Amino acid sequence: MEEIGNVIDRANEQALGVLLSGEPVLVDVVLATDVINVLKEKIILHAGPPIEWKRMCGPMRGAICGIAVFEGWASNLNEAEKLASQEALEFAPNHQFGCVGPMTGMTTASQPLIVVENQHYGNRAYCTINEGLGKVMRFGGNDQTVLERLSWIKNELAPLLGQALRRAGGIKLKPLIARGLTMGDEMHQRNVACSSLLLRELAPHMAAVAPETETLARAYSFIASNDQFFLNVAMAAGKALTDPAYGIKGSSMVTAMSRNGTDFGIRVSSTGDRWFTAPVEMPKGLYFPGYSESDANPDMGDSAIVETIGLGGFAMGAAPAVAGFVGAGAASQAGQYTKNMAEITLGENKSWTIPAMDYLGVPAGIDIRRVVETNTSPTINTGIAHKEPGIGQVGAGVAKAPMACFQKALRTFAEQMGVK
Amino acid sequence: MNKKPKPPHLLDTPLSVINVGLETFSEDLKSQNVVTLHIDWSPPAGGDPELGDLLSKLGA
Repeated sequence: MEEIGNVIDRANEQALGVLLSGEPVLVDVVLATDVINVLKEKIILHAGPPIEWKRMCGPMRGAICGIAVFEGWASNLNEAEKLASQEALEFAPNHQFGCVGPMTGMTTASQPLIVVENQHYGNRAYCTINEGLGKVMRFGGNDQTVLERLSWIKNELAPLLGQALRRAGGIKLKPLIARGLTMGDEMHQRNVACSSLLLRELAPHMAAVAPETETLARAYSFIASNDQFFLNVAMAAGKALTDPAYGIKGSSMVTAMSRNGTDFGIRVSSTGDRWFTAPVEMPKGLYFPGYSESDANPDMGDSAIVETIGLGGFAMGAAPAVAGFVGAGAASQAGQYTKNMAEITLGENKSWTIPAMDYLGVPAGIDIRRVVETNTSPTINTGIAHKEPGIGQVGAGVAKAPMACFQKALRTFAEQMGVK
Repeated sequence: MNKKPKPPHLLDTPLSVINVGLETFSEDLKSQNVVTLHIDWSPPAGGDPELGDLLSKLGA
């Protein structure tokens, strides 16, 4: 009989192959309710593993109230809070429906969603459009300015982007991300290059379809002033790349890492949609003037999907500027983060290389066995939200995926493999 | 009667040390100008015997 280790190695080789052979293409922007059937009235998809209202953190509650007003389910934030606490709103994780969302990750019926298609496997993944920095809904912001921006995104920007993308015949994301890595992005806390490269590709098509010059000018200005515009695109690409790798029998490769501000959850290929959770940790980072760690909410968002595919903290070596921004130490130390993550991954992605590390491919395919064996948690670059609802982003930092998630997953995986 | 072999003069010559595990030991030696190579090693699964056993059976 073949040794279990060999069976697992072969399954992991297959899972990594699926991850690396995906071809993510940004193809459209659509209304959420048109593609996610479950999004009937009063259902809110959120970041991270499942959670009920009582256990939600401040910014998650703030975003829930804000989006309920945006959707017209409540006339004000107080009324929205009452609805949520009386269980008149339903909640479910984005990941359950082919979706991802940064920080609080609100996805509801009338929001526009970016569509990324994995053209090698035919599946599609979705993410909302990035709102910009500061007081925004993904960080729990929910006042009138936040809601007005969401309305403008829905009514003006999204239709323009959708038309432009359809006219362009889609934009291939693998080569665009590869180029971004050579220009100092890691696709989680630095998306300056990829946001610019994307706008450069989209610009002629946007100009061709824009109903008037002012509409075009507002769209250009919004994208050009948002260094994180590409984050949501990278996240949808991550989801599109990982979804085909679910359910490979015997594979110990991680297919999702995500957090809801209270719990951190991971999913593993062979155990399918099951979440392995543990209390989320506090990021270590740098704070905007006037804020400190005492203001911060613990780690949050579906954005760790970018680390799951080898970007973000795993590609820190490509983005020394980020090491300083997130308080991870000297720029010269950035490569060490990438080397450490290579200790817990199945291989490297030769499509995405880091010039400053002699064209090392980013470490890809987290193996729960390696994480537990080496006692090395995945490093996640992240934004930090204020712990109170309605305030928004207060800093950026580095978070660790809790080891307990991987230990729980390993025990279940061992059971599944008949190992005691 | 055989003469006892002389112990090697380990400390009479300059030392070159490989340090495995706790890094502070290597730092102390380096501060005394001893040539030291530190190996970053820790027991599997942080020393948890149950997880270590599972890992060995899972081919880690």
